Amino acid sequence: MRPISRIMIAISALALLVLLFVPIWRIDLTAPQYPEGMTMQIHADHFSGDVEKINGLNHYIGMAHIENDMFPEFTYLPKVIVALSVLGLVASLWGKRILLVLGLITLTLFGLWALYDMYTWGYHYGHDLDPHAAIKIEGMAYQPPLIGHKQLLNFNAWSAPDIGGWVLFGVMGLLAGVYFLEWRELRRKRSKT
Amino acid sequence: MKRPLLMTGGILAAVGSGFFLMNALPSCKPKTTQAMVTGNAAEKVYVKPGSYDEFYDFVSGGFSGQMSVYGLPSGRLLRRIPVFSQDPETGYGYSEETKPMLMTSHGFIPWDDAHHPEMSMTDGSHDGKWVFINGNNTPRVALIDLTTFRTKSIIEIPNSAGNHSSPFSTPNTEYVVAGTRFSIPMGTDAERDVPIDSYKANFKGTVSFIHPEKETGKMSIAFQIKTPGIDFDLAHSGKGPSEGWMFFSCYNTEKAHSLLEVNASQNDKDFIMAVNWKKAEQYAKEGRGKKVAGKYYSNWWNGSTHSAENTTYNEVLQLDPVELGDLIYFMPCPKSPHGCDVDPSGRYIVGSGKLAALLPVFSFEKIQAAIAAKDYEGEYDGIPVLKYESVLHGEVKKPGLGPLHTEFDGNGNAYTSMFVSSEIVKWNLESLEVLDRIPTYYSIGHLSIPGGDSRTPYGKYVIAYNKITKDRYLPTGPELTQSAQLYSIEGDKMELLLDFPTTGEPHYAQATPAEPIRERSVKFFRLEDNMHPFAAKGEKETKVERRGKEVHVWMTTIRSHFTPDNIEGVKMGDDVYFHVTNLEQDWDVPHGFAVIGAGTAELLIMPGETQTLKWTPDRIGVQTFYCTDFCSALHQEMQGYIRVSPAGSNVTLKASTSSVDAS
Repeated sequence: MRPISRIMIAISALALLVLLFVPIWRIDLTAPQYPEGMTMQIHADHFSGDVEKINGLNHYIGMAHIENDMFPEFTYLPKVIVALSVLGLVASLWGKRILLVLGLITLTLFGLWALYDMYTWGYHYGHDLDPHAAIKIEGMAYQPPLIGHKQLLNFNAWSAPDIGGWVLFGVMGLLAGVYFLEWRELRRKRSKT
Repeated sequence: MKRPLLMTGGILAAVGSGFFLMNALPSCKPKTTQAMVTGNAAEKVYVKPGSYDEFYDFVSGGFSGQMSVYGLPSGRLLRRIPVFSQDPETGYGYSEETKPMLMTSHGFIPWDDAHHPEMSMTDGSHDGKWVFINGNNTPRVALIDLTTFRTKSIIEIPNSAGNHSSPFSTPNTEYVVAGTRFSIPMGTDAERDVPIDSYKANFKGTVSFIHPEKETGKMSIAFQIKTPGIDFDLAHSGKGPSEGWMFFSCYNTEKAHSLLEVNASQNDKDFIMAVNWKKAEQYAKEGRGKKVAGKYYSNWWNGSTHSAENTTYNEVLQLDPVELGDLIYFMPCPKSPHGCDVDPSGRYIVGSGKLAALLPVFSFEKIQAAIAAKDYEGEYDGIPVLKYESVLHGEVKKPGLGPLHTEFDGNGNAYTSMFVSSEIVKWNLESLEVLDRIPTYYSIGHLSIPGGDSRTPYGKYVIAYNKITKDRYLPTGPELTQSAQLYSIEGDKMELLLDFPTTGEPHYAQATPAEPIRERSVKFFRLEDNMHPFAAKGEKETKVERRGKEVHVWMTTIRSHFTPDNIEGVKMGDDVYFHVTNLEQDWDVPHGFAVIGAGTAELLIMPGETQTLKWTPDRIGVQTFYCTDFCSALHQEMQGYIRVSPAGSNVTLKASTSSVDAS
């Protein structure tokens, strides 16, 4: 690979480490009586924001009490991120194009897995309700949106990437760009020969 | 028979032509307020739903002992803050934590007559940190914390009777003052037990300088100046060039002790007393005062324990101005001056002799020159009296009848309230010419302009606080609401914009920009900061404990249940203390606590706070308690039971809230 590509890969690899320190995803909630809104942020290893407020409200409809301990992801996610970063650095240093392809695939799989994981959690969170809940509405589930907007009773919920999520997308885009340029370079070289 | 007929005819004719004239010449009819209100007044006071007012207006609640908070220009009532009064709505003055706030050397005094709000200041301008208010009856000064809009501390004033001339602040709130409205005999029991007609020999006055601690708001009396036996009415601090001085209006220089309305109105001039407080501070520091007897309480709300603390004192540092020489000076001021107001530049002091036909304006520069030249016209009880003409900047001639108070717009104009002629009169500080006048409804007392007593007035509105209401609102029987008016002062002509009703008798008020206060307003108390000795910071910490005849319940509230909500083992003769902690940590989620037969009040507990209600059961049986503040969709279910058994019974003490699974 060309030096510029290797530098870009190195930058991407290091950028991934940002995910350890910033929120990756966020869910924003508003309701008529919550004009100030509530926010829950998902980090690599914990939740932040108005989790306690959300828990307090959700107990009425029998949703589980969200706690960091509930998520084994929080113990291994940081390790996965570090591993991905190391992989990127190795690709950058070694300079083999195949490693770039491998990294891109791994990263995409990682992203897809993260979304799937979030979806299944959201599904259970919204469907597996305490049968003793004070408020029970026939046929109603409270699965939060994976991405985008959804109305849940009196709440409007928005789910979207936070800084970390955008960094991840940026890294993926950057690597895809590097891969495209490398591929074009390769084709040009081949056509010359 | 002819003559009466003729007379009747004549009267009818006169009445008839009178009616004719009144109809033909409508301009002869007195003007109504309708005529006074101009086209776009509504637009100027309309604050659209969901928007905020530009100013807070802190208005004294008079004999309700409270302070009310309005938004301006809408005139909307935002809150009534209990200060010297018990408040069944919140439990202030009823809960175990707040009762000590109302302690005095006379015991528990749950009422007062609150007159003058005063903002704390930095560099002579309102800083939005605290607002003070005086208790006129049992001499006290309260400090209200504007992060919580709650009474933070109350200090009692010793050797005072009727704290009217209070609580005016120095430019950096080094001190707020308290001048006694009555002079009284002081000292030992024998010195105080004297015939009333020995007034001239035995009665003395005091003005006290209260120091509020910057960080905590705890108040103590730094020093007290002993004065001749006259009465103090109002005061205001010097600023800018006059910083370091405080001016008090005085009446009853006649030293009358009966029928004062006549006997204290004999002298052509009474005084404005100028106090060099910087000098007094220095003398106090140098130990030139002496400790005299004076029992008083200083009560302070500890924000981390959510409880009030009492400190009692038995003596106070007193300074004798006759002995010290250069502490105080009297300036003659016509006819029992009431208001005593210092303009934003600090150069002029306006005295409002309530019976005078003119308004004297004193010049600080001239006062200093007269003091330096010892330009005295004599002495009053050993205190130098400056020559009226020497200290006068000038007089506003025929301003109106019954001048009471003056505020300033920051553009060189003064606005004086006229009680008798029921109007506000605008005049210029330099030329002393009357520029405009506008009626008030009716008989205005105090008036206020946002920042109008400070170095930085916001000359947008003037508000009239009236003594008479009559026909301004829908009648409510013989007791009417109190009446205030908002006027625009942005143009050359004052313009009536709005009437708004107020509670208690509004005396003084302080209007101040909303923004700095709004930004610092507390939304709830953090549970982890709660250091209340009986706090239960989670449901696991709830319990019930017997201490002799006292049963203590560590109770929590969260939407929407109490823990515990079943209590047994209480016996007749016990006192039950419900220590209720609100576990919520969100904005605007208070819970209430009410128990049947409570001879006190409810508790309204803010998120993160602990408050205690003492309850003495009066009968055997299962008694009930519930949440009074609609907290959630299941608020009505937020209730519980407490079983009361006979005195000798052996029911074990226990408390619980069942879990869902157990049901």
